[in-house]
Amino acid sequence: MFSNASNFTNDVDLTFAIIIGISLFFLIGLTFLMIYFMIKYNHKKNPVATDIPGHMGLEILWTVIPTILVLVMFYYGWAGYTKMRTAPKDAIQIKATGRMWSWTFEYENGRVTDTLVIPLNKAVKLNLFSNDVIHSLYIPAFRVKEDLVPGDSNWMWFIGQQIGSYNILCAEYCGDRHSYMISKVDVLFPEEYEKWYKSTPKKALYGADAGQNLLKSNGCFGCHSVDGKVIAAPSFKGIMTRISEVKTDKGEEAFIKVDNAYIIRSIEDPNKEVVEGFGKIMPANNNLTEKELEQIIDYLKTLK
Amino acid sequence: MSENHTSNSEESFYKSKKGLASWIFTLDHKRIALLYLYSIAIFFLVGMTLGFIMRLELFAPGGQLMNPRTYNQMFTFHGVIMIFLVIIPSIPAVFGNFMLPIMLGTDDVALPKLNLFSWWLYVIGAVMALSTLVWGNGPADTGWTFYAPYSVTSDTDVSMLLLAAFVLGFSSILTGLNFIVTIHRLRAPGMGWFKMPLFAWGLYATAWIQLLATPIVGITLLMVVVERSFGIGLFNPALGGDPILYQHLFWIYSHPVVYVMILPAMGIISEIIPTSAQRTIFGYKAIALSSMAIAFLGYFVWGHHMFTTGMSGEAAIVFSFVTFLVAIPTAIKVFNWIATLYKGSIHITPNLLWSVAFVFNFLIGGLTGLINGALATDVHIHDTTYIVAHFHYTMFGGTIFVFFGALHYWFPKIWGRMYNTKLAYWALGLVFFGFNVMYGAMLVVGIQGMPRRYFDYLPEFEHLNKISTVGSWFLVFGILLMIFNLVRSARKGKKAPRNPWNGVTLEWQVPSPPPLHNFDHAPILSEKGPYDFSILGEINKYETTKIDK
Repeated sequence: MFSNASNFTNDVDLTFAIIIGISLFFLIGLTFLMIYFMIKYNHKKNPVATDIPGHMGLEILWTVIPTILVLVMFYYGWAGYTKMRTAPKDAIQIKATGRMWSWTFEYENGRVTDTLVIPLNKAVKLNLFSNDVIHSLYIPAFRVKEDLVPGDSNWMWFIGQQIGSYNILCAEYCGDRHSYMISKVDVLFPEEYEKWYKSTPKKALYGADAGQNLLKSNGCFGCHSVDGKVIAAPSFKGIMTRISEVKTDKGEEAFIKVDNAYIIRSIEDPNKEVVEGFGKIMPANNNLTEKELEQIIDYLKTLK
Repeated sequence: MSENHTSNSEESFYKSKKGLASWIFTLDHKRIALLYLYSIAIFFLVGMTLGFIMRLELFAPGGQLMNPRTYNQMFTFHGVIMIFLVIIPSIPAVFGNFMLPIMLGTDDVALPKLNLFSWWLYVIGAVMALSTLVWGNGPADTGWTFYAPYSVTSDTDVSMLLLAAFVLGFSSILTGLNFIVTIHRLRAPGMGWFKMPLFAWGLYATAWIQLLATPIVGITLLMVVVERSFGIGLFNPALGGDPILYQHLFWIYSHPVVYVMILPAMGIISEIIPTSAQRTIFGYKAIALSSMAIAFLGYFVWGHHMFTTGMSGEAAIVFSFVTFLVAIPTAIKVFNWIATLYKGSIHITPNLLWSVAFVFNFLIGGLTGLINGALATDVHIHDTTYIVAHFHYTMFGGTIFVFFGALHYWFPKIWGRMYNTKLAYWALGLVFFGFNVMYGAMLVVGIQGMPRRYFDYLPEFEHLNKISTVGSWFLVFGILLMIFNLVRSARKGKKAPRNPWNGVTLEWQVPSPPPLHNFDHAPILSEKGPYDFSILGEINKYETTKIDK
């Protein structure tokens, strides 16, 4: 606690400290009182009970004091939250998209990544979208969390105040690989960030490397491994020489020799022919250009 | 079955009729209560086993025993069983059914046939839920909250489980209706509203929530079934629906329903503490009316489950504010319980210690709830294991602890036997220790940022998860020890008198176990309310069982 990693940590941790402090006082005090009464007024020491049906003054006292205390807690919670919901206008805008089970971040210059990179001490606003079910973007170190709701838009903002790399987790249950929907936010010095922001990643330049980069930034490796392991979908290893048993959307079963056309069909309309033994969980992607599709296939061919 | 040991001519309700049909078609509120008890006990053991296995899976990072899909199906089934088949019916359907008519001084609930029908609906709902284990595409993997659009698109057998919850909802509504009518119409002559035992007040507040809130979740779950079956866009944005609408409809029921789960428990605590302290309850009216206040305010706080969905800031502030207001009547209850111990003549019994353990756990459950109510901190701990632990502190450490306490309190009345006190203390100690280790560790790891419903976790969460799992072993062992003690004592325990704890509410005036029509003499009521211990001598005059101490 009190790490100061983002502009919200201090407010949130202070609220934690106030509430936990008051809570511990009451927990320990009341528990002690119960035990004390049970010993002091045990029937062996106190054979005759005194009937006390109530006391108006006490009832008022223990209505008023909790009321004041909860109003204090409410105030601190409200004050911290209001800051979270008022983003500065000049914040860097980044589009964050969640899908089963990966994150992508799209910058204003069109750059797409699977890890979030932000500059130190600059306000960042994430515009949140989901392609399938509800996810929740959670950065524990920053004390922030917002849901990504399909068909709806949401947003969050924060300022990274310490250089470092922090976990991004999915907090809303989203299916088989929910606990593996993990990414990072890297907080860089502004100069480094500028350099990163303006450079094109070298690997995206041509051919198979560009294909690998596309698969990575689109989150494909969340389900498709490259080493033959089955995560939640068929592995990419050796995919271009495979004959797969598939089930079509009409319920028919068929054997398909994997070729360029099948790969493209599977990206653009994945539920049409699903490999036997797997669910209809892959989201469609129609945003790739012909050249990009080609690069992806080039890359897949290298995985023998 | 217990034998009848009273010299009274009337036989115990166990002996009035025999055979399976005399049980499953019985109209006797006591037998229906026991039908519920045995069914709930079975499902509790199933739910507990699932929880135990999940904790084993989480003992170390990475897959240990199963794949993620199986784990997800397990926490879904654990949640559905524990919520719909155990906690919601637990105290009302078992102890409410058994004790309410006796405590009001009457021979049965107002609508006995409806009562039996409720149990049958419960059985049908339970069979429907269990059927998903055997038939269809495998049990649902959506979590017990059935959030859309995941619940609409999941290829597991979600619809059958939703229909099961729908049927179980009706069982709950009908029990609530029955209790409202019983409390309004069947109180003994001379028992005014404020002369009712506080357990009856707890059940009364609960019954109204069951009656008014349950239909909403019933319709909502049915809407998901319709969407899954016919592709009508209600909650799935791909079909033009709104997933946030689902959450509103779901929590409009499911927040009030946590008070369905806790209010009857608070009622039982308000019985056990005065009996143990041998003095009247402190602040009777404050406790009775705070139940109604909690039931009322509980309707207006559902939004605090949705602070991170992008709801408007104004709405969030109102929901946060009202959430804090619920803390006040809750605090009033705790203060009054503790004040009831003051200047009492306290007899330490297993049932009192279960109650004190409840107050301790429930304090943690309630106080950790303040962090959920405060907006800034809620954002951090929302959807983490902190929430799971908070919920279990109120529902398990709260309601189920009281359920266990009530089993020890009313055990002599229900089975006419006493249990082994020493074993009861050992079981309580193990359960209390294991429970706090298990969920205490989950509270902390949640604040550290571990999301809930996680099959696997990051290495930094390993220590606390290990501690939590070890806690679960103590917990389960304690529960099994308690069940062993109670089951054995129900058959072999010492014979119980009418009034082993020297209570003054009406159930202590009938034989143990009670005869079919409950009372063998006109109930004795005090002018001064239900907890007037000056009439104890008069009550114990009717004692007919010889007690060998």
